[in-house]
Amino acid sequence: MNRFLRRSARIASAAAVTVLTAGCSFIGAQGDEQNKRTVTLVTHASFAVADKTLANFERRSAIDVTIRRHGDAGELTNKLVLTKANPIGDVAYGVDSTFASRALGEGVFVPYRPEGADRIPQRYSIEGSNRLTAIDVGDVCVNIDTRWFAEHGIPAPTNLRDLTDPRYRGLFAVPSPATSSPGLAFLLNTIVTFGEPGWKEYWRGLLANDVRISSGWQQAYNQDFSGSSGQGPRPIVLSYASSPAAEVGPDGSSRTRALLNTCYRQVEYAGVLKGADHPDAARRVMDFLVSQRFQAQVSEQMYVYPAVRTVALPESWQQVAPRPQRPAGMAPDRVEQNRQRWVQQWRALAHG
Amino acid sequence: MRMAIFGRAVPSSADTPRPGEPRNRWAGKRRTARWGRSAATVAAATIVLGFLGLFFAWPVAAIIGLGLGGGVSETLTNVRTWDLVAFTLGQAAASTALALVAGMPLAYVLARVAVPGKALLRAVITVPFVLPTLVVGMAFRTLLGTGDGGSTSALFGIVLANAFFNVSVVARTVGGLWTHLDRRTEDAARSLGACGLRVFTAVTLPALRPALGSAVAVVFLFCSTSFGVVLVLGGGTYRTLETEIYLRTVRLLDLSGAAALSLLQLAAVVAALVIAAVARRRRETALQLRSADDTARRPRGAEWFVVSAAGMVVLGLLVPIAGLLIRSVSTRDGWSLAGYRALSGTGSGAVLEVSGWEAAWNSLRTAADATWMSLLLGLLAIAVLVGIRRRAAAEVVDAALMLPLGVSAVTVGFGYLVTLQFLPGDVRTSPLLVPFAQALVVTPLVVRMVLPVVRAIDDRLRQAAATLGASPWRVRWEIDVPLAARSVLAAAGFGFVVALGEFGATSFLARPEAPTLPVAIARLLARPGELNLQMAYAACALLMLVTALAVLAVERLRVRTETVGEF
Repeated sequence: MNRFLRRSARIASAAAVTVLTAGCSFIGAQGDEQNKRTVTLVTHASFAVADKTLANFERRSAIDVTIRRHGDAGELTNKLVLTKANPIGDVAYGVDSTFASRALGEGVFVPYRPEGADRIPQRYSIEGSNRLTAIDVGDVCVNIDTRWFAEHGIPAPTNLRDLTDPRYRGLFAVPSPATSSPGLAFLLNTIVTFGEPGWKEYWRGLLANDVRISSGWQQAYNQDFSGSSGQGPRPIVLSYASSPAAEVGPDGSSRTRALLNTCYRQVEYAGVLKGADHPDAARRVMDFLVSQRFQAQVSEQMYVYPAVRTVALPESWQQVAPRPQRPAGMAPDRVEQNRQRWVQQWRALAHG
Repeated sequence: MRMAIFGRAVPSSADTPRPGEPRNRWAGKRRTARWGRSAATVAAATIVLGFLGLFFAWPVAAIIGLGLGGGVSETLTNVRTWDLVAFTLGQAAASTALALVAGMPLAYVLARVAVPGKALLRAVITVPFVLPTLVVGMAFRTLLGTGDGGSTSALFGIVLANAFFNVSVVARTVGGLWTHLDRRTEDAARSLGACGLRVFTAVTLPALRPALGSAVAVVFLFCSTSFGVVLVLGGGTYRTLETEIYLRTVRLLDLSGAAALSLLQLAAVVAALVIAAVARRRRETALQLRSADDTARRPRGAEWFVVSAAGMVVLGLLVPIAGLLIRSVSTRDGWSLAGYRALSGTGSGAVLEVSGWEAAWNSLRTAADATWMSLLLGLLAIAVLVGIRRRAAAEVVDAALMLPLGVSAVTVGFGYLVTLQFLPGDVRTSPLLVPFAQALVVTPLVVRMVLPVVRAIDDRLRQAAATLGASPWRVRWEIDVPLAARSVLAAAGFGFVVALGEFGATSFLARPEAPTLPVAIARLLARPGELNLQMAYAACALLMLVTALAVLAVERLRVRTETVGEF
């Protein structure tokens, strides 16, 4: 009897531990603010906004913004397309020029021209559409480790063609166009630069020059590149025009530099989702995204350039990460029509 | 004492049989008991299969259904597709074999060797399982100097990294049953003149077969759906069904291609499960289960070879772990704890909404939820599996429970996008969605760890209890619960750890304001800047520490419940 009781007590205490652990669970952790106006902003994983900027907007507009991040620009776009009948939010931010055509073709967005949109350069907008508004611009550029080139007494490369020069053999690391967003931008850049059959010849040159292809930007930049804190073996990497701003040392200068002749421009858009539960609030969020307050903080929060031209870059950026003057670019519908074919051709070329 | 308790269950002799009732009142009693038991089985089966249907079968069917159409046959007739299948299965088989070879000595040490610090050993070998695949992939990439893809060392790296993750599955699943095997059978064989190897192959191995089958099935499924490792180490050259489904779904939105590959993946998984079931069926009998203290002793003679082999495996597991720890404190300017200090912040440039500590807390909460959910589901499932009389039906249910381990997290995640909107309430954005998805992965592990022990319980014990008058529930309470308690606790601990490290489904579903540690690590790695990288590695170290503490806590609980297992 005694033993039976003791066993029951032990099992009960084990159960109690379980229940207590479950007590610190998410059950009952649902939100409770029903009365306030809320709006859901769906965006990509790199989205960031300064706390006080967002809080300021929420206070002035009496709108609560819920932010939901969904993978990268491609994943975000595809999720928006899949859920267009019952959207996962009210406003979407982060569909880029590589995927914009798909989103537009699938009718994911409704027209809205936010206040102040006239300050956004015309060339960022997609022809004949006011459904997407350019919010920021990210330039994918080749970056170099300046110290490495100084130490080895080799002149740094200046353009894409240089990368096939035997002098730079085994020095370049690039993320795969098949698995990474910047990698795909780089492939598009080579297509714009060298033309339809020419890009394959260029890539053969890169492969012959022992380019190192990794699956993601993380491996190329953090592991293979010598200029990042990973201190890898290769002094040339594909990254962003803004990356040198993250590699500034105590003396205020950057260890790396972007080659401004090798840049490809990706514009990131926002739009009001079709079938949104809160279209009014969604439009206020669009106005906020174009506003001076929001635009002024995108560079430091997301390592991109503001789309509104009158917004100044942070001072340190003007030194180490200036805007590329004439980046390459491709019309979204051309990307949409050929993306899959190009990626497949590239795969056949690179991996046999 | 016990007889007295049982005695109350004996019906009073005042009962008189009514006309039409069986003359033997015991037969009638048995029949109602059996009916009650099967009703309970049906109810439990409804809960388990309902959950599986809602959060697994329906989403997967929906997303595959969206893609069915023209492109499917095109993908299926493509030669490259079949190369993909062959490579997927081949690397999974090689990884499983390696994990098995490396895990067996560890299982032996955990089960049979009386050494101090076994709890710590258990904690150390469990740590790899929770590490983010992205980070481990990068660690192996550095260790092996691979990453260009295409090289044989990349292939070796994939197999090695997969095995690294899964050694603990083998050690725990096999070690769990081994602990309870009656050592006297082996001693008898030895005293009859069998050598050590012969004793192992003729006595021990056959007895371990149910656990071995379980471990192989689980590890094979994990390896065939291994994503991060293949992506990072394969560098795009080596591709599996899993990475290809990801590419087609997430990057290309080629749903028909993805559907074709998902169907292939399902077919391959079902085939593997059938093979595993057949292997299990060949031998699964009641064993003489003993409590653990009786079976562990100091190694002697040739056993030292096994112990030293286990030591080498542990060293091998420690190399990448140590590499990550060193990485977390080394910066361009020498040693620094900056990454650890940064855990109280949100990364440079506010990468995260929450601090590293809050992410750790989120991980704990989510994993706690996932653990109790999977224990509930897993134990119900075991009750169903034991309760089903027809062997074939039990095996179908068993296989259905295992399927979530073998299906791409991307397929399930995108399926959720399509189906969850139809559920009442806002399930799509509920914080419980992450633990639900984790429970899908953890429940099969609970089943695999506990079921072999429950099945190995000698049915004569239950019959004896029933003869003494115990009700079916009472039989479970007196026989099954105490005998399985240890393995249930072990499964709970392991499930908690698996949930802690789960990334695939979590990264799909985690809300940004509540990222778990693995999700936070991935976000930090995706940003430039030395501090973010340092913080990511420090977060890895934190994840390892939390895991080790969780395992040690379960060990303590196990020691205290040890007496429960006495009989």
